[in-house]
Amino acid sequence: MATRAAGKRRPLLRVQNLKTHFFPDEGTVRAVDGASFEVCAGQTLGIVGESGCGKSVTARSILRIVEHPGEIVEGEIRYLHRTDGREVELDLAQISADGPEMRQIRGGEIAMIFQEPMTSFSPVHPIGSQIVEAIRLHSPLGKREARERAADLLRQVGISRAEARLNEYAYQLSGGLRQRAMIAMALSAEPRVLIADEPTTALDVTTQAQILDLLRQLQTDLGMAIILITHNLGVVAEMCDTVVVMYLGRVVEEGSVDAIFHNPKHPYTRLLLQSIPSLHSEARVPLPTISGAIPHPYNRPEGCPFHNRCPQFIPGTCDRHVPELQALDEEESDQLVSCFLYHEPTDERA
Amino acid sequence: MAGWLIRRTLFAFATAWAISMLSFVVIQIPPGDYVTSYIAQLQSQGTIFTDDEAQALRDLYGLDQPVILQYFRWLGLMAQGNFGVSFEFNRPVLDVIGDRFLLTIVVSVAALLLTWIVALPIGIYSAVKQYSIGDYAFTFIGFIGLAIPGFLLALVLMYFGFVLFDANVGGLFSPEYAQADWSWDKLWDLMQHMPIPALALGLAGTAFLMRIMRANLLDELRKPYVVTARAKGLTNSQAVLKYPVRVALNPFVSIVPFVLRDIVGGSVIVSIVLSLPTLGPILLKSLIAQDSFLAGTIILLLGVITVVGTLISDILLVILDPRIKFKARGG
Amino acid sequence: MAEDHTTRTIESNVAVGVAREEERISVATQWQLTWWRFRKHKVANIAAIVLIMYYVVVLFADFFAYADPNLPAAKRGLLPPQPIHLFDEDGWNPHVLAFEGSRDPETFERVYKILGDQQISVQFFAQGLEYEILGIIPWDRHLIGVSDDAGGALAQEHVSLLGTDIQGRDMWSRIIFATSISMTIGLIAVAISQILGIVIGGVSGYFGGLIDTVIQRIIEIVRSIPQIPLLMGIAAAVPKDWSIEQIYFAITILLALILWTELARVVRGRFLSLREEDFVMAAELAGASRMRIILRHMVPSFLSHIIAATTLAIPTIIISETSLSFLGLGLRPPAISWGVLLQQAQNIQVLALSPWLLLPALPVIVAILAFNFLGDGLRDAADPYGT
Ligand SMILES: Nc1ncnc2c1ncn2[C@@H]1O[C@H](COP(=O)(O)OP(=O)(O)O)[C@@H](O)[C@H]1O
Ligand code: SF4
Ligand SMILES: [Mg+2]
Repeated sequence: MATRAAGKRRPLLRVQNLKTHFFPDEGTVRAVDGASFEVCAGQTLGIVGESGCGKSVTARSILRIVEHPGEIVEGEIRYLHRTDGREVELDLAQISADGPEMRQIRGGEIAMIFQEPMTSFSPVHPIGSQIVEAIRLHSPLGKREARERAADLLRQVGISRAEARLNEYAYQLSGGLRQRAMIAMALSAEPRVLIADEPTTALDVTTQAQILDLLRQLQTDLGMAIILITHNLGVVAEMCDTVVVMYLGRVVEEGSVDAIFHNPKHPYTRLLLQSIPSLHSEARVPLPTISGAIPHPYNRPEGCPFHNRCPQFIPGTCDRHVPELQALDEEESDQLVSCFLYHEPTDERA
Repeated sequence: MAGWLIRRTLFAFATAWAISMLSFVVIQIPPGDYVTSYIAQLQSQGTIFTDDEAQALRDLYGLDQPVILQYFRWLGLMAQGNFGVSFEFNRPVLDVIGDRFLLTIVVSVAALLLTWIVALPIGIYSAVKQYSIGDYAFTFIGFIGLAIPGFLLALVLMYFGFVLFDANVGGLFSPEYAQADWSWDKLWDLMQHMPIPALALGLAGTAFLMRIMRANLLDELRKPYVVTARAKGLTNSQAVLKYPVRVALNPFVSIVPFVLRDIVGGSVIVSIVLSLPTLGPILLKSLIAQDSFLAGTIILLLGVITVVGTLISDILLVILDPRIKFKARGG
Repeated sequence: MAEDHTTRTIESNVAVGVAREEERISVATQWQLTWWRFRKHKVANIAAIVLIMYYVVVLFADFFAYADPNLPAAKRGLLPPQPIHLFDEDGWNPHVLAFEGSRDPETFERVYKILGDQQISVQFFAQGLEYEILGIIPWDRHLIGVSDDAGGALAQEHVSLLGTDIQGRDMWSRIIFATSISMTIGLIAVAISQILGIVIGGVSGYFGGLIDTVIQRIIEIVRSIPQIPLLMGIAAAVPKDWSIEQIYFAITILLALILWTELARVVRGRFLSLREEDFVMAAELAGASRMRIILRHMVPSFLSHIIAATTLAIPTIIISETSLSFLGLGLRPPAISWGVLLQQAQNIQVLALSPWLLLPALPVIVAILAFNFLGDGLRDAADPYGT
């Protein structure tokens, strides 16, 4: 299991109280509603949570490709932009989404890979031309050189017959190969941060393990920061240094992978962990489920977003006040949690 | 890919064959047999027919034989280039048809090109700027375009041409070229006459294709590969024009046969209104006169145009969409 | 093996409770949701109202018309429209201005001169020709007519709201009666074609396999044939001595035979996707008979699709009938339909002098527009995600 290598370095990417809302005709969807986390070079941050809790929107917000009618309404995305050999801290939430800096960063310094490698490639363009395009967007290489580089990238991610593969289409590759090609495309400009949005969800178990190995190895070789989005706690345990647990667009708990797995604090995190079968349990034993429905994003509950499902719900507090993400009092950890079991309400509402 | 094309070609033949049967039905249904009508027509013009001559004609078309055999005899005669005789015009069917077949194709293709050229950019605009004022305006215009049958539009165009410009906007040629042999000048004259028929024939198809393109593109815009393209660093418009538009073209092409079918079908009525020297006006004439071989041949030819058009669009599709090659190879 | 367990996803555990809840909601409010979505579709609502108005006209055509649509009047040929003036110097006094007709000695065309000083008072709900409401209740009131004080004068001899045709027949009344025929011939044809479509598409989708393949090829062939020439060919063969009713019936069947393919495709598609769905499989496992599954479960779940597809099919029929009749191959005089009326607009010389002969085009276009808008609204409401 990976250990924390963070130390007290300056984080490469620091997300602070990010809020991304969608404004369709029917009302407001608060997809991301105050997410905070940070990641350093060479480190892997896991973001976990049920489907629909805002993981992907968070990722797209960082790259500033949230689609209409979505908008970043609040918060900061501080990133150490490398320009002319210096590092400048930029707030990605503030700069223009299609401006020169953001276009340089997107795909160049922060790259992303997706869950569905099949549909994430254009079905009617060869893989090669799509990778070559990515290369040429961020480097002055000519067509020929870019093509050679594309073949190199394919080899780097372990694809054999690289030259021939360049002419093939996404549907001609197996799922694992497609995801490798996707990773190759993301690596084309040697990014400093790689966001992997459920990179293995669509793959079978063996392929999944291979892709995770590949990511780990590339991280060692290239020293990138990885943000690994998943709803698979097994993957998190295997890959991550730190973990962020999201619920309904908010971070409910954050900490080192050891702390989250062995000393979870937030009731939601605990339930999540219980829902994974223990290594020794019988496969047929019914799993404990988290009772109650996930509230619709249109009407989130007042107070703690989790209160309608929380087994430790404190009447009068949890449904009235919104808990903040705060450090625990225990001095040995830098675990953060957002729950009234651990601190008093700070807001003024009664 | 070859397999797929062979299948599509076979299908085209099957369709053409089905159309030939239906055309033959049209030849068959008028009461009395063709030779009787033919002779009646000639006699009314003063020609005297002997029974032997009548019998010779009957034998040629196999009129005393079962219907099925008559059908195959008709196919056989056509294969030899004998499409029968039109008694309404008192000339071989092929003579009557003459340039009209070609002109029908020219007019239909012109209308088809117009629908493409207009519908494509508007469809893209409407999808990319969904719910903008422009999108609403085009959508509304599109609805109106769909609601105006081509022949009504042709009537309106004729009326305004007549009232505003005191000109007959119908026809495909100026009088001095109508009977002339083909020349560059005649071709140029034809091109100048093309906009009105193309508009009357193409409006509904344009509206239809516009909506198809918009819907397809809206579907494609939601696909993950657009996000991928954006994530690479492309701007939104670069990403949209390069990927989803390209993918959305495929259904756009596969819908073309239906647009062509309606254009060819509609050309019959529009040609009558605009007095175009195409197959339409003589089809109507031959049907009213129950000139069955002429009518049957025209219906068959019109069908063949759409069948060939469909085949061409199939070939285009293979070029446009590599997935088809793959599927065909895979089985 | 242990690896296998830990990769179980969170979702699978949480989803169970949610699914049941959602199912209940979606079953209970399926129709309400559709209705609610439809109500939001403003244009479709307006279209629905327009169509209701059309059918009111269809039902009470005798009331809305004021003239015998088939009565020729040699001295009233090609009269221009006579707008109703609602006021004169003395206030409210609906009237039209009288015409005086004469024959041009050189061209022999009838020319009309407005007699500015001769007003003909008109009245709403005026007495006129006698008729029976819905064929039962005798009445003699019409939407418009010559004022009752005029001493029993007949509107058809004095008023030509939308002008007259070549034979001097009143266009307004002819359009009203044409509307009743054109708006109903489509309905019957659509009903027949939709039944064909549902049965054939259902058989194709439900049984699949060889039957499906054969039906699909047939549909593909029918769909690739240009309809108008074929319709013309068959319609031309209808014997000249058939009565209006027989021709009407023949045209209806003909249109239906060409139109069924669209719905057959829709229904087949729905069947194929529904076959995969849990509730159908569950019913099958529970031993429900096929017919029961189809009637109880499948048909209701795509009824809204059928309604939408039907609405969208009507315009095609209207256009086909209008086209055929326009060419003289569909309904023939004395039957009156929009296409029959438009025949007189074919001659450009006549049309240029009497543009009101083109007026029947208006109800055609508005009706098609309304059906398209309504159908689109219904389809979106039935299936907002466009499957
Ligand atoms: N384009 C959109 N319009 C409206 N709501 C959206 C849109 N995209 C995402 N959402 C909402 O944002 C929430 C978070 O979605 P997402 O980030 O994709 O979840 P996940 O954690 O599974 O990746 C969901 O509730 C979803 O309904
Ligand atoms: S704040 Fe209250 S409701 Fe929310 S998680 Fe903590 S205990 Fe549960
Ligand atoms: Mg996601």
